[in-house]
This record gives sequence, C-alpha cells and structure tokens, in this order.
Amino acid sequence: MKIGVTIFPGSNCDRDALYAIERMGAEPVELWHADADLKGSDAVIVPGGFSYGDYLRPGAIARFANVMAPLEDFARSGGPILGVCNGFQVLAEAHLLPGALLRNTGMRFVCRRVRVRVETTETPWTSSCEPGEDLTLPVAHNEGNYFADPATLDQLEAEDRVVLRYLENPNGSANDIAGICNEGRNVVGIMPHPERVSDPVLGSEEGMRLLRSVLAGARV
Amino acid sequence: MNIQETYSTLGLSDFEYDRILELLGRAPNYLELSLFSVMWSEHCGYKNSRPLLRRLPNSGPNVLQGPGENAGVVEVGDGWALAFKVESHNHPSAVEPYEGAATGVGGIIRDILAMGARPIALLDSLRFGPLKEGRNRYLFQEVVRGIGGYGNAVGVPTVGGEVEFAPAYSGNPLVNAMCVGLIRTEDLVRSRATGEGNLVVLLGSKTGRDGIHGATFASDELTEESESKRSNVQVGDPFAGKMLIECCLKLLDEGLLVSLQDLGAAGITSSASEMAAKGGVGIEIEDDRVPLRESGMEPYEVVISESQERMLAVVEPGKAQRVLDLTARYGLVGAIIGRVAGHGELRVKSGGEIVGSVPAEHLADAPVYERDVVRPSYIDEVQDLDLANIPEPGDYNEALLRMLAHPNLCSRRSIFEQYDHQVGADTVVLPGADAAVMRITGTNLGYAITTDGQGRHCYLDPRGGGAATVVEAYRNLSCVGAKPVAITNCLNFGSPEKLEGYYQLAECIEGMAEACEALGTPVVSGNVSLYNETEAGAVYPTPVVGMVGVLEDVRHHATPAFKREGDMVVVIGNRSGVSLAGSEYLEIIHGRVAGKPPEPDLAAEKKTADLVRNMIRSGLVDTAHDVSGGGELVALAEMALAGGLGIEYEEDKLERMIAGRADVALFGEEPGGFVVAVSLERWDELQDALAEVPGYDQIGTVGGDRFKIGDLVDVSLQDLKGAYERDLFGAPGGAEISH
Repeated sequence: MKIGVTIFPGSNCDRDALYAIERMGAEPVELWHADADLKGSDAVIVPGGFSYGDYLRPGAIARFANVMAPLEDFARSGGPILGVCNGFQVLAEAHLLPGALLRNTGMRFVCRRVRVRVETTETPWTSSCEPGEDLTLPVAHNEGNYFADPATLDQLEAEDRVVLRYLENPNGSANDIAGICNEGRNVVGIMPHPERVSDPVLGSEEGMRLLRSVLAGARV
Repeated sequence: MNIQETYSTLGLSDFEYDRILELLGRAPNYLELSLFSVMWSEHCGYKNSRPLLRRLPNSGPNVLQGPGENAGVVEVGDGWALAFKVESHNHPSAVEPYEGAATGVGGIIRDILAMGARPIALLDSLRFGPLKEGRNRYLFQEVVRGIGGYGNAVGVPTVGGEVEFAPAYSGNPLVNAMCVGLIRTEDLVRSRATGEGNLVVLLGSKTGRDGIHGATFASDELTEESESKRSNVQVGDPFAGKMLIECCLKLLDEGLLVSLQDLGAAGITSSASEMAAKGGVGIEIEDDRVPLRESGMEPYEVVISESQERMLAVVEPGKAQRVLDLTARYGLVGAIIGRVAGHGELRVKSGGEIVGSVPAEHLADAPVYERDVVRPSYIDEVQDLDLANIPEPGDYNEALLRMLAHPNLCSRRSIFEQYDHQVGADTVVLPGADAAVMRITGTNLGYAITTDGQGRHCYLDPRGGGAATVVEAYRNLSCVGAKPVAITNCLNFGSPEKLEGYYQLAECIEGMAEACEALGTPVVSGNVSLYNETEAGAVYPTPVVGMVGVLEDVRHHATPAFKREGDMVVVIGNRSGVSLAGSEYLEIIHGRVAGKPPEPDLAAEKKTADLVRNMIRSGLVDTAHDVSGGGELVALAEMALAGGLGIEYEEDKLERMIAGRADVALFGEEPGGFVVAVSLERWDELQDALAEVPGYDQIGTVGGDRFKIGDLVDVSLQDLKGAYERDLFGAPGGAEISH
C-alpha cells in the first residue's frame, strides 16, 4: 500500500509520518506541495507543522498549494485522508472538514500527552480500534480549539462523526472534540499526533492503533 | 564627530585604534572601522577570554572537531556524530525578550547547520530576577514564548534545559540556547574558504537594517541607554529558518558546497572574514549584489547587518546555477555576492569601486588582554556562615512544601509544555528527568543531553562552582544511563575589566578545566558572554555547561520516577560532607546566600557516577536521580512526584541522620549523591554492584500515597503535588497574568 505525505513549506512532522508509514509496513511517498500529483497514493496523510509559517492563519495558505487540487479530488472519490494537527487545520481551511481550529483558550502552546476516547470505528483511520477505546496520544499545538456553529456540532454528534474526544481537554475544544470526519467518513482530521507514539522505544505504540487501521481497507 | 568619538562609539579603545593604524599603515575609513569594531568585539574576538580559555582541555578520542568551528563534533558510533554548541543571547533578550530569545534559538540552529548536521534537539538555560518584580515576569514570559515561537515552528524539539531565579539577574537575564545536530562522520563540512575564483553565495532571507552593531552592543554593559538600542535586536522568521535547514541539507546532499558558514554577529563581515582567514585566502564582496529588503542602505550597513536566516557558502562556478535553482525551490533568496580571491583581504566593492579592504587575518586576530587574577574581598565576606545563627525549622512538613513550591525547585511543566519537545519523534525521555534521552533512528544508539549552571555556587566560590557545574552535568547524564563524552560551554560573566569579574572568569574556568580533565569530558565548543552588568551590578558568574553523552542501547535508560510499590530506595555516595553552605534551603527558607559549598571530590564523583551508569546499562536499575538542589529530601520528593508513589523512610536510618541537625541531613547539599530504587528480588545484585562505592544506605521503601520520613515529615502526595506543580506564569497571589 502506498501512503502519501504532503510536504508544504514549513511542514515539520512529514519525516515522522514517513517513518511511521515505513514501520506500518506500507510504502511512504513524498508529495511535494508544488506538484499537482498524488503519485498513485492509496491513502494520504497531511502532516503537522507550521505550513507557510502559519502566516495569516494556520492552514490558510497551504490550501492553495498545487497538491491540494488532486487531494480534493481524492477526497471526493472516497480516498482515505488523515490530517494531523496542522494537517487538520489545512483540511478545515480547504473545507474538506467542517469547522475551524481556534487559538487554545489557555492562550499558550500546549505540548503534552493527553487521553482521548475513540468515539467511532467507522472511519478508515480507526477501524482497527475498539469502540470506546482510550488512547494516550501527544498533542502539540497553539490552535487546537475546535469550533463549529451549534447546528454543525449537533450534526457531527448525530451522525457519529466525532472520531476522537479528549478525556482531558487541553485547549477548550467544543464538545471536547479532538478529531472529526467528513460526511463520507473517509477524510479524518485529528489534533493528536499518532506518529509520535509509533515505536516502543518512544514509550508507546498507541498511535499505531490508528495508523494501522488504514491497512485493513487497503485496495490491494 | 571627531575620529576618537567615532571609534569610541563603535566600542574600540584608543589602544585598539592605534593597533589598527599600525596594521593597516593608514587610517581606516568608516566601513573598515566598522569591520574592526565588530570583529574585535568580545563577542566575536574573545579578546579578554582567549588566554583563559586555553586552559580548557579540548581533545579526546571521540572528538572530530574541537573549538574554532561553528560547533564541536563528537563521534557516537556506527558512523554517526553529534555537532553541538551553546550560545548566549543575553543582551538582546534584556531589551526585546521575545525576539532576543527567538533569534538566539535560530542562531544556534544555524551554527549546527553550518557543520552540515541536521539540527535535532534544543535546550535552553535561563536565568531571571525574582518573579515578584513585574519586569522579570515579563522577561521570563516573553523569553519562554520566544523560544517556543521559534523552536516549535522550525520543527526542532526543545527537549531540556533549566531555569533559575535570583536577584543578581534582575534586568540582565541569561538566555543561553544549545542545539545538537546529527550527521554522518563523512559528511562533516567546514567553513574554510578555498579555491581562488570560487563564488561566494548568500542564501536565505533578504538583508535589512536590523541588528546593525549588534555584536558591539552585546559586548557592553546594559544601561538605561540600552533600551534605545532596541533596533540593534534582530527579528526572527522561523519559517525562513526551517526552509534554510532543508535547503542547506539538500545542497550538501547533492555535494554542491565547498564550505558553509552561518551569518551571526556582524553578518557578512564576520562570516566572510572567518572563512577567508581559515582558508588563508581573500574574499571580495560586491555589496550591490546583496538582495536587500529596504532601500538606501549604506555599504557598511549591508556588510554588518545581522538580518537573520542567512548563510554564506563557497561554491565552484560550475555548480552555482544548481545552487540558485534549489534555493528558489525552497522559497529562499540566493545570490552570488562575491568570490574567493588570492589577495588575502576582505574587500568590499560598491558600484565597482573598492569601499573598504582589510587583511582578513587582521580582522580575525583581535588583540588579547591578559589581566592579573586578584582575589576580591567579597569572597571572604560571603563565605562566612555560622550555623548557630540558622534556626532549625519548627515544622518540616511546611519547610518541605515551601521548598518544593519555590520557583527554583518547583515543576518546570508550565515551561516545557509550551515547547514542542516531541517533534522529530526521537525523544525517548521527555522533559522533567535529569537529562533528555534521544534515539538515533535506525540504530540502538541513543544520546543524552543536559545543561547545567550553578551561579550561586560560582559566586560564593568560583573555582569550586566551576568544577561543580561540570560534575553536576556528568551526574545528570550518568543517572539516565549515558556515558558523558564532551561539553560545550557558555561563560556568562560580568565585566572582565573589573577585578571581581576577571577573577570569577579565571577561577571558574580553572575549576571547569580541572573537572573536565578528571572526568574525561573535553570542551569542544563554546561561547563567552561578558559585560552582563546593570547599574545594580554584575550577574552571578554563571558558566553554563551543555554536556552530551552516549547510550549504546537506548532502551537501557533510567528516569527519576518511582515505578513499583515495594522497591528498595538506596542513597549512594558518601554523604558525610553535606552542608547548608550555599544551599537552596539556606536561600529559600532563611534568605541567606552564604558559606563555602563543599568542593566536589572529582575522583570519587567519577567512580560513583560511572558505577550508577553501569547499573543502568546492565538493566539492574531503571530508577535513578541525582541529589542536587534542595538535598536528599527534595530529590526523594521529586522521585515520588514523578512516579505518583509515596515513600516511607526507615526509622533507624532517620536516627543516623539526625545525629547532627536534621535540616543539614535532609536539605544539605554536597556533590556526589544519587538515589536509586530496585525491586526486592534484585537487592542482592545491587549490593554486590555497590561494593566499591564510598558509601550507600538503604533508606526506605516505595509505596502508598504519603511521603513519610520518620516522625519529622508526613505529607500526602496530593499536598506535595499541590506545592510542586505550580504555574510559573501565574502572578504572585495566584491570578493569571493576562496575555
């Protein structure tokens, strides 16, 4: 299985994602922002970082990069996409996911491991998890405070589209939301970094519970 | 302005001006004078410290690059090497704390990059005045924000560091940033310019007026006037910094560069003259080819601007186009601004005319001042301490909680959670332990890093303090299981032109040198920051040591956290010399900074630390911590808090301790102590392993949710946590500072 990782100027978790993909036993593919080509990827991770320096707003400039057009087509055709941290912000700015990520209510960058609950296993990125399973995952962000209007929040809850929920909310996120999916359930955005806990030597492999899920739906 | 006023304003003395006249055989013009001003500043030229620095050992079996390059480099195994250096950004941070700290981080990252290494870890050693003063709170908050603002965005994890508060740092904070980079030994690059006719390429951001005469500013005392030099402080752009890292690594990967140098203090001048002097060649810079971001800049401004996120490379003519193409791919500006010449001069041309030309070797050869080392009288006064005047605390529970809540001892969580300490996915031991432990992906190898400084100790006893600083770093690395390899240092001192400042500098260096020799940890890179003085006086003499060690198998490491109920807790080391002199307890509880702290016994230190490390490497011990600030009681409390498990001290051991004074035994400090914990099943093995140490005591057992020391201390873990886990950014009285 080929899993692409988009690389925008200022992405800084791209190498970590590529390494985690290798550890999953899949083939990592670098997707340079200027090339409108997913290079035959079967799934795509939009990694964390500070694309375009977070200038203007996190994700606001990256959504106009050349690689985004084929990514949007891929999303519409049901391809599995995971946005992590800045990747979530990019997907929200590109309207592939509803809502926005606001500044943390504590007004500080927050880097810590937090407990989250897997709220739905009906996405390509959580299908191997147990429903209601608790995971401890690292977060590291300044703008992770999920916001959407009440109607959208109600819809997300009613349609079972909250993917991860904080058990200890680090950023003031609405409904303790740590991750959501789109209507088609193939595009998932999460603030925690599964790729940072994908190796026992780092003290935990819990991130692999999420990442490996995508292999189960591999189009071989 | 007459000529004397001109060179004085630029920070040059009469003697130095005469020397320039003599070297050139003519009077310099303003541009040339500016070149000398920055290159002969203490910051660039080490003119006061060079004779003293010679005392530090700088070679060893693992050293691939000692002092003299952008960073030191040591080999760690399997063909991997680590490049590392610590550098100060004290003065900029005093007047513009966010940008001062941010550009300090950016600058040290580029030093590592200039060796060809990928920057992979950052640490910060910080000192501020007490937080009860609003200005200090502001500096502290903004410096931490600045470090995070740059480090988080540039994608290099901030994995460790330290912070202390003392009145001596009010108005003159210390902001030292350390960076570590990873590189294959065969890929090391140097900054030596070679090959007449090769091109000089400037890469990165455009050049503006920021940071004009920043190096001169950094080499003077801070006064009311410093505030008006705010424009001397540069502004950082971590996004450009990130692109510069990826771009330079790509250029090196394709073998396109002859040599590489970062632009730091004094900008193009300093980089070009160092590259030329090292290569024994000349460099011609065409000032109108430098991409500028503002108009009307004078030639001298262009060549000494300290605009951030720039590097200078020497490139063979045939490869220049590829270099420029790749630079554009990374969204950076690249320009051929000059060439390597045979004449040995740093020559600046503007519109085809020579506007300045000075032999590079003269710029790189600042005059050296040697002064007499005279013991100042303050030392006898401050070393005087009579314990009879220090009452024992009536309530040890309260004393312990006060200690743990003090900004010098409380949890650093509110700081390190503002730093991304995991980006890169290599951080094995997260902040909060004795040292950061990192892995080298694709191998079993790991390395550990720590920064340490002991300003109060160095103030009370400069030589002993200098040695204690190195020893503390050695202990910190040993108790995570790493073998210390080498150090980098940042020497933060007051004015060397004052008797007291020069004595402290000389003696601290002597103490560090003795410790480095005894422990086998050479100094491979460093930085000197003198003139850390305000109108109220000098900072504590604060040499900061950044030490790097290696773990052959990174899985075998230890952390301070108690891990299992029933583990035996053992204090290792000859604790007979514990003393309140210069201790945290004496300052926090009794408001005194006095006494002569015990000197480290270097041979015993090494033996004990090596033994603790071997127990960790063999897998016998996974719980270890060194006894430092706050003494044995604070060390044990930290282990209990980290693990969420209590401890009960044995009654009979307590009797041993209170034979003298309980506060001396519990809070007294002395180099050389460790605490480890092992399961009951491995107790015999541990005793065998400890047979040769100067002394050890099994003092208690891990378990429960109380911290209990005989009849003296009995506190719930919850209460300990309430004191220890405090938000350092909250205002006194508990209210949050508005952001």
